[in-house]
Amino acid sequence: MNFKIVVKRLLFFVLVVWAASTIVFFIPRLSSRNAIRERFGELARTGGFSPGDIEKMIASMQQQFGLDKPMLEQYWQYLGNISRLDFGYSLSKYPSTATEVIAQALPWTIGLLLVTTVVSFVLGTLLGAVAAWPKAPGWLRSLATPFILLTGVPPVIMGILLLFFIGFRLKWLPLGGAYSAGIVPTWSWSFFLDLMQHQILPALALIFGSVGGWVLSMRGMGITIQGEDYVNFAEHKGLTGGRIFRDYYLRNALLPQVTGLALALGTVITSAVIVEGIFGLPGIGTALNLAIRANDFPVIYGIVIFITIAIAALMTILEFVYPLLDPRIRAN
Amino acid sequence: MMMDTKAAGAQAGSRNATAAYDAASAKSVLQVKGLEVTYYTDLGRAKALDDVSFTLGAGEKLGMVGESGSGKSTMALAMMRMIKPPGRIEGGSVIVDGTDLMALDDDTMRRARLDKIAYIPQGAMNSLNPVTRIGAQMVDAIKSHMPREGRSAIMDRCMHALRSVDLDSGVFRMYAHELSGGMKQRVCIAIGILLEPKVIIADEPTSALDVVTQRQVMETIDRVQDQINAAVILIGHDMGLMAQFVDKVAVMYAGRLVEVASVREMFTDPKHPYSQALISSLPNLDNKGVFQGIPGLAPSLLRLPSGCAFHPRCPHAEELQRTVRPESVTLAGGRTVTCHLYAEEGQRHV
Repeated sequence: MNFKIVVKRLLFFVLVVWAASTIVFFIPRLSSRNAIRERFGELARTGGFSPGDIEKMIASMQQQFGLDKPMLEQYWQYLGNISRLDFGYSLSKYPSTATEVIAQALPWTIGLLLVTTVVSFVLGTLLGAVAAWPKAPGWLRSLATPFILLTGVPPVIMGILLLFFIGFRLKWLPLGGAYSAGIVPTWSWSFFLDLMQHQILPALALIFGSVGGWVLSMRGMGITIQGEDYVNFAEHKGLTGGRIFRDYYLRNALLPQVTGLALALGTVITSAVIVEGIFGLPGIGTALNLAIRANDFPVIYGIVIFITIAIAALMTILEFVYPLLDPRIRAN
Repeated sequence: MMMDTKAAGAQAGSRNATAAYDAASAKSVLQVKGLEVTYYTDLGRAKALDDVSFTLGAGEKLGMVGESGSGKSTMALAMMRMIKPPGRIEGGSVIVDGTDLMALDDDTMRRARLDKIAYIPQGAMNSLNPVTRIGAQMVDAIKSHMPREGRSAIMDRCMHALRSVDLDSGVFRMYAHELSGGMKQRVCIAIGILLEPKVIIADEPTSALDVVTQRQVMETIDRVQDQINAAVILIGHDMGLMAQFVDKVAVMYAGRLVEVASVREMFTDPKHPYSQALISSLPNLDNKGVFQGIPGLAPSLLRLPSGCAFHPRCPHAEELQRTVRPESVTLAGGRTVTCHLYAEEGQRHV
């Protein structure tokens, strides 16, 4: 891979982030809602303020957030701030900054999503590959079927079902939260185990929902690949079944899966919002949910842009990984 | 047909014929006897190979010709024991260098592939793994047969094979998409001869190549065969190419070998009416532009005609041809033909 392509990919990454942040900047401004006015409106309803004072306070807040300036000037300032990952103060959690709110929520989401995405990708890809391989034992091939059936169940329903049966009825695992109430987070085994117990159900809800998709796409690809001439020739060469499976069949069927992984990263965030809500986890999904309810624009901006950056970065990384998997891409 | 010949010979009390047969089988490196393959499709049973028998000596080249669907590739796959369901090998034996491949267990058969009997694929364009280097695909072939072979010995083998097919050693580090069609085909040949097999089956090795490259590939096959003294079965449609490169020609029709003869006999004096029609359909210098096609279509294997499968298209078809299945007979010079017209002539020569 040459230097030019690397630069091209990186420029494309910047372009994606810029486009996303521009859209994010203008869309809320198209609406006539004014977050500051609404907040003070609520205050005014509780009484004790004269309408003139409220207007003055709104004006001073507008000034403080730079909302009194012309749109274009706001936009330039906004771009500058984004490049420093500075999204301003959170309106609902003032005086915390939006970046601080995100930084607190982020580890929970990354921990859960990274693990579940990797687990379901690996599990689904292997099960799908085996399901399409005619020489695999029957019991192993049939393992894929329940996961395919579960694909139809949305994570919301799956989360609620898991909570009801395993958490509420059987009481095997806690009902929600990131860790048990009243425990102070420390770097200890007992805290780690408590943490993990709380993560199992949300992780299962996410994994059950997504393994089937990987199984289906991999099985379809596997059926195509095993009819390829090079798989047949590998058998003519007298290779062992295991080697044909790994080097000729899996290796080639994997290529579209990796593309699929890049595309799936976007939708994974969506299900995280729902699953975190159901299980009461303090991740990005919950933070976004709260921010939307509180009209906390800086945090909404921050999270949306952060997600954009994260997905664009992961896609860029995959673009760099893909040529390592497929030499034909390297040539072009 | 050798079995038939032997039985007939014993009946006639001709000791000479039996002795001649034994001598032939002693030097022959490949004996195929009564090979039968049936595909069990939803529409019924299709007998793709019906009692196919022939022998081939070391260093001999057999050209296998016939229309599409006549069973040429099925025969190659059956010899490799690579018939996939719904197809099934129903009987017969394939004896390579004294070992009956049909009697081997699955793992021994796996090790016999490439080591005793190699297959050079039809679609060389797509027969190489696109995501690994050519070298890796040669090394894994050797390693799966010789797990204890040292690194340098493996490399020697690979380099020797690449040199044999006139490829640069740099190809070892290349990927399939970096090679031309002819180079890919030669890589497949190089892989085929890595373990110096006794028998090489080349299934239409030149089908997707231009005529110049076709010739180069055929010359390559010719040369490597000389080096390792293997028996070669060349499957193809191109009678012209066959005429230049093979020693014997076998004509297949509807899953049966209808005629096996030396290339000279086949082109100057074809016996079977189908072979005669094939030969007369070839362009030649004497009657330019006047080609004679073969009337009718190849029969469906699901509904084969009664008697001789060729009778609907045969100019000599009579009651006998329509009702009785012809047996293979041996004519003067050891050539065989499966046709009622030669039944009596065959008796005289057995």
